[in-house]
Amino acid sequence: MDLPQPEITDLNRPYWDALQQGHLVYQRCGCGHGWLPARAECPACLRPGAPWVRASGRGMLLSWVVYHTAYHPAFADRLPYHVALVQLEEGPRLLTRIVDGHARLAGDAPVELQVSHEGGLALATFRLRDDAGLPP
Amino acid sequence: MSLSCRCVIAGIGHTAFGKLPGRDTVSLNVEACREALNDAGIDKSLVDAVFVKVPTSAHQFMYGQKVAEALGLAPRIGGAWDQGGAANITLLSFAVMAIEAGQCDVALVCYADNPRSGNRAVYGRPRGDDAALGWFSTAAGYAMIHRRHVIEYGTPPEAFGAVALASRRHGAGNPWAQLRKPLTMDDYLASPWVVDPLRRDDCALVSDGGAALVVMSAKRARELGVPQPVPVLGFGHGQTSFEPPQRDSLTRTEAARAAATAFAMAGARPQDVDVAQLYDCFTITVLMTLEDYGLCRKGEAPAFVADGAIEHGGRLPVNTSGGLLSETGMPGLQLVMEGVRQMRGTARLQVPGAKLCVVSNQGGTMHTHSTLLLGG
Repeated sequence: MDLPQPEITDLNRPYWDALQQGHLVYQRCGCGHGWLPARAECPACLRPGAPWVRASGRGMLLSWVVYHTAYHPAFADRLPYHVALVQLEEGPRLLTRIVDGHARLAGDAPVELQVSHEGGLALATFRLRDDAGLPP
Repeated sequence: MSLSCRCVIAGIGHTAFGKLPGRDTVSLNVEACREALNDAGIDKSLVDAVFVKVPTSAHQFMYGQKVAEALGLAPRIGGAWDQGGAANITLLSFAVMAIEAGQCDVALVCYADNPRSGNRAVYGRPRGDDAALGWFSTAAGYAMIHRRHVIEYGTPPEAFGAVALASRRHGAGNPWAQLRKPLTMDDYLASPWVVDPLRRDDCALVSDGGAALVVMSAKRARELGVPQPVPVLGFGHGQTSFEPPQRDSLTRTEAARAAATAFAMAGARPQDVDVAQLYDCFTITVLMTLEDYGLCRKGEAPAFVADGAIEHGGRLPVNTSGGLLSETGMPGLQLVMEGVRQMRGTARLQVPGAKLCVVSNQGGTMHTHSTLLLGG
């Protein structure tokens, strides 16, 4: 069973194209505000045309939920599975999955991007940064 | 000039709650309005405003006019409003403002839906492009907020359980309640996950049913001999708007602003509240509403609800007819009606001497909020 597909539009195509290249991008307006998902106008200053910029890929795990019911048949054989909320260090927040699974998740855990390729889609997923807090 | 106390809820009415196969939402609205007019003791010919919350499970074009037509009314003002579950108190406050502005005289505020015997797809719907991750359902958004509250404040499962226990205990003896099975903490803790950290007993019922209010000025109620008018002391609104993933904070909402507006309008303080009817679509909503309303400090809801403090006989009884967790999953009007009964002194689980009731309604995933203060 195929995953539900995102609707790719002229507006959000740069986001999905970047993930195919292994990068995570977000929109950052000239006024300094940055966000996800794609919007035509900046919700801070209302100006259109904010460019896409590459995120560092580092962030923090804010919360997560674990599904024990499949609301779509594509997820029936993945139960239980989780959906996580990550805040990028640049500010934008996005829903994602932590590739390590949900058993080791903890609030405010540091994470970094690890793009997952599934059924022709490149998804912005993350792994736990076990080295966090150690000196470089 | 304050509008406080110059309008009243003159009548309340509702249908049966639960599973009502074969009834459409317009019919349920008509039944509820008929009961509310009977309760107010007035004829429908006096009604010149009809404010309707759209059915959550099946939005329909020009729905407010469909309801007015079925009521045989040509109102001066009205229509249907979409703000999720916060819409009921919002429409009540629109009715008060319209009456004060001379735009109408007697208003009906009503809502009906039939997701239990009809279509409940709205509650399990995919959430935009994140459906590729498996992001589905209304419950998941609340589960994300619930977990963040646990992360930030160490909220134990028993705090959420205390909310479920109170609603279920209060609903157990309510002959109208859809779920009349009391709950123990052991039952709660053993209840299966829906979307972890939400257990089944954290989640509102899915219900068919309708409810209605009759609103008019206190002066008009006196002229008409309305038997048990309940004064509207204050109301307020706040809209968090952003989807939960895009919010700056998951554990603070505009409920605080809604309540501050309502308390200022009423000239009252949170500590004056005798009884509360708090929107319990999920247990986290009650804990956060207690905090955002200033009934306790942020993060202190677990201590506030412990030891039966929100049960009848406790410090602040909450959801005395069972709320969305026990009476009916209908979004909000059952809470307003129970507030009216408490202020009339006619509630089944009456809080003795109660003079101030706060009611909360909220919609979406805490996107919208409205607060109502009723006086006895």
